Amino acid sequence: MQVIKGRVWTFGDDIDTDVIIPARYLNTTDPSELAAHCMEDADPRFAGKVSAGDVIVAGRNFGCGSSREHAPLAIKAAGISCVIAESFARIFYRNAINIGLPILESAEASSCLKEGDMVEIDLARGEIKDITGGRRFTAAAFPPFMQEIMRCGGLINYTREKVKNGD
Amino acid sequence: MQQTMAEKILARAAAKKSVAPGELISARVDMALGNDITAPVAIQEFAKIGVEAVFDRERIALIPDHFTPSKDIKTAQQVQLMRQFARKHGIAHYYEVGRMGIEHALLPELGLVLPGDVVIGADSHTCTYGALGAFATGVGSTDLAAVMATGEIWFKVPPTVRLVFEGHPRPWVSGKDFILYAIGQLGVDGARYTALEFTGPAIENLDMDGRFTVSNMAIEAGAKVGLIPPDEVTGRYLQGRARRPYQFITGDDGAPVQEEHRWDVSELEPQVACPFSPANTRPVSEVAGTPLDQVVIGSCTNGRIEDLRQAARFLEGKKVHPRVRLIVIPATQAVYLQALREGLLEIFTLAEAAVSTPTCGPCLGGHMGILAEEETALATTNRNFVGRMGHPKSKVYLAGPAVAAASAVAGCIAPPEETVEVS
Repeated sequence: MQVIKGRVWTFGDDIDTDVIIPARYLNTTDPSELAAHCMEDADPRFAGKVSAGDVIVAGRNFGCGSSREHAPLAIKAAGISCVIAESFARIFYRNAINIGLPILESAEASSCLKEGDMVEIDLARGEIKDITGGRRFTAAAFPPFMQEIMRCGGLINYTREKVKNGD
Repeated sequence: MQQTMAEKILARAAAKKSVAPGELISARVDMALGNDITAPVAIQEFAKIGVEAVFDRERIALIPDHFTPSKDIKTAQQVQLMRQFARKHGIAHYYEVGRMGIEHALLPELGLVLPGDVVIGADSHTCTYGALGAFATGVGSTDLAAVMATGEIWFKVPPTVRLVFEGHPRPWVSGKDFILYAIGQLGVDGARYTALEFTGPAIENLDMDGRFTVSNMAIEAGAKVGLIPPDEVTGRYLQGRARRPYQFITGDDGAPVQEEHRWDVSELEPQVACPFSPANTRPVSEVAGTPLDQVVIGSCTNGRIEDLRQAARFLEGKKVHPRVRLIVIPATQAVYLQALREGLLEIFTLAEAAVSTPTCGPCLGGHMGILAEEETALATTNRNFVGRMGHPKSKVYLAGPAVAAASAVAGCIAPPEETVEVS
């Protein structure tokens, strides 16, 4: 897995999927259209400010609420390379892994990293290096079969391989 | 080793003797569901898997309900994609406008989700079917795509958190008040990843419509499922309705749970969740007098016949306050027809409420009652996040149908006791 380097954008606790991508934009599945409205109801200028490779750092229960996969799709298509949070709501957690949006759970990184910090992330090791503050954080490891889904680039590729192998 | 209800259902679906919390399993799915927002993504992803057919055309339900009757061209295109997919693959349970209803009211009504089932739906309120004793949980579109291809899904077995509701509630206190109170106590992530189990005499005394409301909002505390042990009430509901054989699965006595909370609801006031969180719950008396622009009665949470009956008792012979728009949305065509036959739709219309065809509509800010800047609504729906019903600067309060109807007449949030005598 690749090493990520980007600037941190911070959000608080309980960021819900209505805020990540409001329902008024759910009449499309086009990732680029969704990306243009990513996080709009939390920060209307977010989509215009973010650069490819940037990282979202949030508090508890990120992605709570609706099951809309448009939420991680919008984040991924906006150029966000990884979401770090103290914890994730369970449907968002599944969706992010399934579509190949890297996520990491680290309470320490969530509370220490500040907006504008530069971070370098080694996804395979779950290591988060705070370049600005000179600290390191380690995220919880994923179970092996989830790592396998991520290695395949998401659930669809993983399932295609399984179907092909007759599992 | 004794097992909880959630563990026993999952063990059976995974063809294992037993499972334990934290264990990762692959489970056979009894019913898989998608709607007009989530199914289009699932259909696109399904095409990439490389299978010719769906795993079982009888065990997939595709329900266009969120933005239907299609509110704009893009929505119409999305529904067209679903319709074409349903025809191509012979999906047995695709329901068109005029035959459809809000998915989580429609599937139980049609007897398509049953006790002991494992149900996945690309909609977070799939947990509603926990009221029938099904392990039913929300997933995303890609999970739905993989299930449509294989009929299987991975789960981490959740620990169980048991909520015991004791006592006899006061008049006008319903399932909605129980669940809003519980979410207020637990917080929006208080039950994250867990199986909630609702038990106790106050739950046993609820009819099925009240139980669906309780299970429906388990997700609002972060839970994976919201189970109610099936009993005679469940059995009566399923008579003449169930499309397949089913089996009641309940937990073993003494099965270990992660937490247990006991609440006496005898003195519970009707509850209201204030902006911008379903956990921001207060007794109605504390927020009484808050001016309202709109009231919505409907949704997968409270759009069933008992909800409409309760609302009608407050609206009969009265008028909706001149400053308020009341929108009533029966959840399914069958609920609509029943309400028509019972004269409820006439009561609503004479009270100057707008009655809509079934749709999720305003609940998620889709259509059929979007809020303008600075407007305030009270709704029997399930979420009051920022911008949920429209403008990011609008507000939504959540409550049950009695508070909603009483408030529509009063023009502001009102306790039901003050507006109608208990018969």
